[in-house]
Amino acid sequence: MSVDVSGVTRWYGNVVAVNDVTMTLPPGVTGLLGPNGAGKTTLLHMIAGFLPPSRGTITAAGQRTWRNPDLYKVLGLVTEKEAVHGFLTGEQFVVASARLHRLPEPERAAARALDLVELADPRKRKLSTYSKGMRQRARLAAALVHDPQVLLLDEPFNGLDPRQRMQMMTLLHDLGNRGRTVLFSSHILEEVEQVSGTVQVMVAGRLAASGDYRTIRRLMTNRPHVFAIDSSDNRRLAAVLIGDPSVRGVSLGEDGLEVSASDFGTFTRVLPGIVRREGLRLRRLRPADESLESVFSYLVGAK
Amino acid sequence: MNATIAMITLRGLFGRRRFLLLFVLPVLLVALTAFAASSDVPAIEWSGTLLDALGLGAVVPLMALLVGIGVLGNEIDDGTIAHILAKPLARGEIIQAKLLVAVGASALVVVPAMFLVGELAEGPSLAFGLAVGSLLAVIVYSAIFVAISIVSSRPMIIALGYVVLWEGFLGNFVGGTRMLSVRHYALSLADSVSGSDLLTKQVSLPVSLVLAGVITVGATLLAVDRLRSYQLAGETG
Repeated sequence: MSVDVSGVTRWYGNVVAVNDVTMTLPPGVTGLLGPNGAGKTTLLHMIAGFLPPSRGTITAAGQRTWRNPDLYKVLGLVTEKEAVHGFLTGEQFVVASARLHRLPEPERAAARALDLVELADPRKRKLSTYSKGMRQRARLAAALVHDPQVLLLDEPFNGLDPRQRMQMMTLLHDLGNRGRTVLFSSHILEEVEQVSGTVQVMVAGRLAASGDYRTIRRLMTNRPHVFAIDSSDNRRLAAVLIGDPSVRGVSLGEDGLEVSASDFGTFTRVLPGIVRREGLRLRRLRPADESLESVFSYLVGAK
Repeated sequence: MNATIAMITLRGLFGRRRFLLLFVLPVLLVALTAFAASSDVPAIEWSGTLLDALGLGAVVPLMALLVGIGVLGNEIDDGTIAHILAKPLARGEIIQAKLLVAVGASALVVVPAMFLVGELAEGPSLAFGLAVGSLLAVIVYSAIFVAISIVSSRPMIIALGYVVLWEGFLGNFVGGTRMLSVRHYALSLADSVSGSDLLTKQVSLPVSLVLAGVITVGATLLAVDRLRSYQLAGETG
């Protein structure tokens, strides 16, 4: 396997950032999905050799990663932090990267990489004049100038406009199809859906789910949902709802009901009929737990 | 030497307007010396203050500090160091390039200034002595400040504290610290080379040279080792 993470834990003082994570990444594109603070960056930095695991082992392309600069012959990293040497032009920046990799023809390699990220035109401009999206792509060009076997990207779609986003997705796809191992992190479901078939979901430092995107998507839509409901007679509605098989629990509060449904689809189909039959009027109905965090924490429980 | 790293480092250093500040102190020192030399006061009356305390004790280390932290600390501070570290380069190669740029840039400013000061105060032999002495100081200081850049997350404060308290203050009052004071090594070398009456060394030349060598090598090795273990901090989890 191209990247092997085995029993890896990382803590900072008392805080566990990554908790006993094991994963193997084959060639192709894998999305590392999780809410902010889940430990994605920490894991990426460990795979990239910029952080030692507190416990466990990591190899990338068969090499250990910590304190091993030779790793970067086969690995490229695009960090989330968008710092660049602003006084260099895009071209100088990528050529410098090629030279530091001791590539035989640095100018040609740089030109190819700049082409790949569609920065050939503004290559003579200083990086300090680039937009956020352009800087992101310049850093990507610098990271793949040596055509690495393993490419790691931390939130690569941040700050890109929709067109650039599509283009970045196509690029990652192509790299995956050419047998490169690409791992990118994201906290946005749709990004991962469009780029990669394989997903690793991290929540609170743990690997919550991994595998095919569709499987995970199904887990996410079929999960129990909580709704906040207000009607003309909440007590009566509660009494009726608790009798319905699609409802797991009802609690009566000051501003209405909190209903937890066992199945999103069934409950939303049944509810209008019940309300009409009882002669009630619905004042408010909204899902109470649609935040990404709640989806993720459901996955942790489902594991 | 790795020319690419040296180029990026140099441009990073000179690209900042802050770099112009580097010339203020040496020019001030030369101007003060010229003023003192043109007065009727004999040189022995002011040489201790201007040549030793202000020159070797303040201007030289402060220049080396600004440059030494500029070559590595700034890149660590703004995160651009990650681009250089994510390359298959021996960490010693990176430190070597940084150090050479630091020594070169500091020496470019400091050595001619100290030469002029010596020339104005006494003549060519003192000028040469101070030039050689300040070059030694620049080398040792650069190694120390590059190391501080990577060991500490607040290199400016630590380095300033070291220059002001250790080199400037303790060295004058606590005898034992002279043995471990770069300023005294420079003074010793300048005195031995020039034979001038205006300088009085307090640490012998062989001890100065050996200790200067040990500190330079030690600080460089420390910097290489710390760079090998450099950790990237994440902005989010």
